[in-house]
Amino acid sequence: MIKQQAHTIFEPWLNPTEKPIIQFKNVTKRFGDYTAIENLSLDIYSKEFFALLGPSGCGKTTLMRLLAGFEAPSEGKIILDNIDIVNVPPNMREVNMMFQSYALFPHLNVYDNIAFGLRRSTMNKADIPDRVEEMLRLTQLVPLAKRKPHQISGGQRQRVALARSLAKAPKLLLLDEPLGALDKKLRHETQFELMDIQEKTGTTFVIVTHDQEEAMTVASRVAVMDEGKIVQVATPDRIYETPNSIYVADFIGDVNFIKGKSQILEDNKILVNWAEGQQPIIGTSEDRIDNGADITFAIRPEKVTISFEEPLDIANVFKGKILDIAYLGNISTYHLELPTGQNFKAQATNTHRIERRTYTWNDEVWLSWTDTAGVILSE
Amino acid sequence: MNQSRFSWFNATSLTFGFAFLYLPMLILVIYSFNESRLVTVWAGFSTKWYGKLLQNDAFLDAAWVTLNVGIWSSTIATVLGTMAAYVMVRSGRFLGRELFSGMIYAPLVMPEVITGLALLLFFLAIGLDRGMVTIILAHTTFSMCYVSVVVTSRLITFDQSLEDAALDLGCTPFDAFRSVTLPIIAPAVISGWLLAFTLSLDDLVIASFTSGPSSTTLPIKVYSAVRMGVSPEINALSTLMIGVVTAGVVAFSLASRKIMINRKSDF
Repeated sequence: MIKQQAHTIFEPWLNPTEKPIIQFKNVTKRFGDYTAIENLSLDIYSKEFFALLGPSGCGKTTLMRLLAGFEAPSEGKIILDNIDIVNVPPNMREVNMMFQSYALFPHLNVYDNIAFGLRRSTMNKADIPDRVEEMLRLTQLVPLAKRKPHQISGGQRQRVALARSLAKAPKLLLLDEPLGALDKKLRHETQFELMDIQEKTGTTFVIVTHDQEEAMTVASRVAVMDEGKIVQVATPDRIYETPNSIYVADFIGDVNFIKGKSQILEDNKILVNWAEGQQPIIGTSEDRIDNGADITFAIRPEKVTISFEEPLDIANVFKGKILDIAYLGNISTYHLELPTGQNFKAQATNTHRIERRTYTWNDEVWLSWTDTAGVILSE
Repeated sequence: MNQSRFSWFNATSLTFGFAFLYLPMLILVIYSFNESRLVTVWAGFSTKWYGKLLQNDAFLDAAWVTLNVGIWSSTIATVLGTMAAYVMVRSGRFLGRELFSGMIYAPLVMPEVITGLALLLFFLAIGLDRGMVTIILAHTTFSMCYVSVVVTSRLITFDQSLEDAALDLGCTPFDAFRSVTLPIIAPAVISGWLLAFTLSLDDLVIASFTSGPSSTTLPIKVYSAVRMGVSPEINALSTLMIGVVTAGVVAFSLASRKIMINRKSDF
């Protein structure tokens, strides 16, 4: 939130006069019979922190290797700063990559690792030490400059890899699962460091990750991929609150799905007839939904309120029975059963330190949510 | 293993094992310092056969040829063998890949007599006079596959993203090989060179097919001299060779241990 206030909102993708720095135009990549990327088009804007998110094998790493130049597309164009780079070899591209394994050169010390790319660039020899020093300071590695990669910790290696890939001031920095090898606590700290460095250097970052939390934290926009295609590209909050498909809703965060048939009301509201003899769910949709279509209602557990008394003045109220409670410290997740026998999840924040245990196993409770709490998906 | 404990069984097997390996050589070394001309009769300590050896031009020439052949052939074999290994490991799948890698290793199991005869016929066919050059070529041919095996096994465990990173940071493919791959696989390349050198030093069969009257290697010289009867001079020569090989092995193991300590591993 603070970030947005300080920067007036950064949304170049909404500005039609803004020219993207990278454009994938109908790119297809095949390995033999296997299609890794299928007719993919994508625009990424300057200074973006763009995340490619998906399960392993969805094509996100191939997409990154296409950008770095280690693979050539079978069809289509990749445009970087108005130039088609398909035939430009990796060593001639103004793109640098931070590898998942870090790929630090074991025979060189930290300083020489960082200077490696500069010594092969057009940079004046005399300016190289200054640039390396600058990178060492940026990544807080100054005292380790003379160490070899095996003499430093995993987190420090990660920073060397970052410094090395940023040293040549590339137009685009690719990060392949950059935090995968770190433990959870260090990973969270490093996420904020990455964002900080991205902002300081003003470089366009493209990160590949399978960790949705990581993508949501660092990225300005997230592309969710599945089987060589991009399913949705949007800001993290849009991805979370208005997923465009069951796949995206399910991949990011926890969600309840209820299948049913639509019934359109006047004021853009839609009734979801989901079970015989049950009151329909009232919801809204961003998509155009036909009357009587098969639809799925999706709602996040934290949007559902639990109470003993039947709530009034709220669009959706249902009965449920508590089957299980998962206490996670800051929140509790309740696993419930609807009268139809369907499973349902609801979450409540534990705002008080010592709370009388209000809800317990087998309690009959009321579940309620507003008419805009969930989304209706046309699948 | 916890503490190593002394037992008669262990001591005995150790003694017999090492006696089996080194007793013949020990006798050879001892008799090289024999005063007597007769090999089997001890007549007091002397270093006179070493002095005689240094005046024997035939032996010295042979030693010079052997050294030259060893250095040149193992150097050429290391370059070719490393290139072959690199191509086989890196080029991915192509038609006939299995056949090619099989063909690189085939000379390992080929009887030396056949390799030697084939090379002899080849040199005759192209009209190359037999001499030092032909021995170098022959030794390169058979030791190249040994180098290739050693380097291949190192390259298989080599993290290819290191090369990708070098390309990404502005290296041409050759520069990436020279400044990243080669320094990292250097211990394997050096091992390959030493192996090739040792094999060349050892070889009698192939050298006897491909050497000419002008140039003879030490093993051939020793072999033909022994047929006339073993002389203490040969013992002295053999002792020197044992010394050189031992020094080489010790130096290499010390050097490689130092490299290991410096580098530990390349994750």
